[in-house]
Amino acid sequence: MDKIEIVEGPIARLPAANVDTDIIYPARFLLITTRDGLGKLAFHDKQDAPDYAPMFAALAGGAPILVAGPNFGCGSSREQAVWALKEAGFKVVIAPSFGEIFQSNCAKNGVLAIRMDAAEGLSTPYGLENGQPLSVDLRAQTLTGPDGAVAPFVVSPALREALLNGWDDIARIKALHRADIEAFEARRRVAEPWLFPGDRP
Amino acid sequence: MNQASTPGSSVNGPATLYDKLWASHVVAHGEDGQTLLYIDRHLLHEVSTPQSFETLRRTGSPIWRPETHLAVADHAVPTRARGGAIADPQARAQVALLATNCAEFGLEHLALDGDRQGIVHVISPEQGFTLPGLTLVCGDSHTATHGAFGALAFGIGASECGVVMAVQSLWQTKAKTLRVTFKGALPRHVTAKDMALALIARIGSAGGVGYAIEYAGEAVRDLSMEGRMTLCNMTIEAGARVGLVAPDEKTFAYLQGRPRAPTGAAWDAAVAHWRTLPTDPEAVFDREIEIDAATIAPQVSYGVSPDQTLPVDGKVPSPDDLPAGPARDQLASALAYMGLKPGAKLTDIAIDTVFIGSCTNGRLEDLRAAAAIAATGKVAEGVTALVVPGSTAVKRQAEAEGLDKVFLGAGFQWRHAGCSLCVAMNDDRLPAGARCASTSNRNFEGRQGAGARTHLVSPAMAAAAALAGRLVDVRSL
Ligand code: SF4
Repeated sequence: MDKIEIVEGPIARLPAANVDTDIIYPARFLLITTRDGLGKLAFHDKQDAPDYAPMFAALAGGAPILVAGPNFGCGSSREQAVWALKEAGFKVVIAPSFGEIFQSNCAKNGVLAIRMDAAEGLSTPYGLENGQPLSVDLRAQTLTGPDGAVAPFVVSPALREALLNGWDDIARIKALHRADIEAFEARRRVAEPWLFPGDRP
Repeated sequence: MNQASTPGSSVNGPATLYDKLWASHVVAHGEDGQTLLYIDRHLLHEVSTPQSFETLRRTGSPIWRPETHLAVADHAVPTRARGGAIADPQARAQVALLATNCAEFGLEHLALDGDRQGIVHVISPEQGFTLPGLTLVCGDSHTATHGAFGALAFGIGASECGVVMAVQSLWQTKAKTLRVTFKGALPRHVTAKDMALALIARIGSAGGVGYAIEYAGEAVRDLSMEGRMTLCNMTIEAGARVGLVAPDEKTFAYLQGRPRAPTGAAWDAAVAHWRTLPTDPEAVFDREIEIDAATIAPQVSYGVSPDQTLPVDGKVPSPDDLPAGPARDQLASALAYMGLKPGAKLTDIAIDTVFIGSCTNGRLEDLRAAAAIAATGKVAEGVTALVVPGSTAVKRQAEAEGLDKVFLGAGFQWRHAGCSLCVAMNDDRLPAGARCASTSNRNFEGRQGAGARTHLVSPAMAAAAALAGRLVDVRSL
């Protein structure tokens, strides 16, 4: 997984609520079986929508930070939504709330999803105009606006560490917890043997 | 945080169903309240897993326990005919890739042309692959469906599917608990679908974020297993990943004798264990909601988010009634997309398409309810009405009961099993401006085709709309 620590650049604003993963990545493109080349499909069906124009303009200007509305990424579990946003250039998404599966998909792909109430970050980031610069420091857990205003944010320590180090779940679980999983299975075989039909005589 | 408990142990003191399911799957505790959770079952479909298999290849990871996975193609499959090649080359390649991936990694794959094919969330309970007390995941947000059996079931992304295949476990954070109690009995013609929509309209599409929901109360106990699946299915539309119903005699009766259910002494032991799962009387939930089932009317969505829903005798709301701000803008933009005028009666809205199917409402009971209405008339002129069974088994059972004849006689199309117009990934796709009364779960913009408009309703309401050519109150028939 790509590491992430400091992200600086203009923000793209998308204040609408409930932007679902069908909007971020329309279902018909799910027939594609790779994870590369999806960036150009991000928000595909909104390319001519007036309320998405500022966001597209900021993205074209290299904005790495998306400042979104509440319940961003709700709906379908499609990870393509995150792959597309990431390839389009977004490394950080800030919103008052997220669809839960979307948020965990971000974590698996080196995209930092920051939950922040509009009130908490009144001047930074929600007071910023589309295209204004913002600096995100994951190690310090701070956002710094163009006027020097700083807003703290919080992500879970485990997520922070994983993103800072670019850790990969499979390798780490195997390295640290193989014995735990095997021990769990041994207990479970006794407690709920019907879940191990392969063991049946 | 739950640091003190032994991994895999049961909980001390009164516990909710969710607490018990969680506690019995703890492999290890992380440093900040995260839990490495053991995963008993994994369902795969063609859309969410190509990249997961790619990860396994790239990292050289074998499958930890191949027998715990079950794969089936549903999203991209055509529903007009079965057998022969799929016309769309991308869909053909994607469906074929699932089969070759499963063959390469030794996972069970249900053939598209076989008897056991269907939508993942419909076939898994049919096969007895879904059981109470287990953890079940799928790269699909409607995995909450399986919570109807008292299983801890939730949707995950493609990366997590790869993790589950490689190490049979996932890092998860425990949710807070929310109990939704439906008191009393449902009125006639009001269904589990209406319960789900009424709840979502009340708490909002983000109202359940961070919670695991347990559905309780007389109206829930009275639901069939099909109805409980419909209710749990739409939990994600309220923002929660997990929806649960405590297992009871109905649950056991449904499962006994299913192909993958335990048999003999193992069945008896399993049932004895499953009886210990329901929430203890003294257990405390983080949040409680009570809804009087008797007050629920048939529901219709009018907007582009499932919480934009009203009783069918309602009127399209007006943005002018809201204070200036995001909520007003959101409603105005939804109505613009939906082509609706504030103040219009919902029952005056003309529709041109009807879709009866999906993992929400594509089971036998749903088709029976729709057929009972279909039998009373003919599909209105200019309306295209599709019935797409949730599984091939449902299709066969419906045909054995003669439901196909009822639908065909009334002018409905009778299709093969798949997701179809729920997600419009196959060749069932609506043109811009089409307006559909749909038994599926999402009225998102573009969900049934770019620019197409969706009204979420129950199966009987959808069938009634097909006959009337407009949205109609099924209670008035
Ligand atoms: S029927 Fe619809 S919601 Fe259910 S699995 Fe298929 S696409 Fe997803």
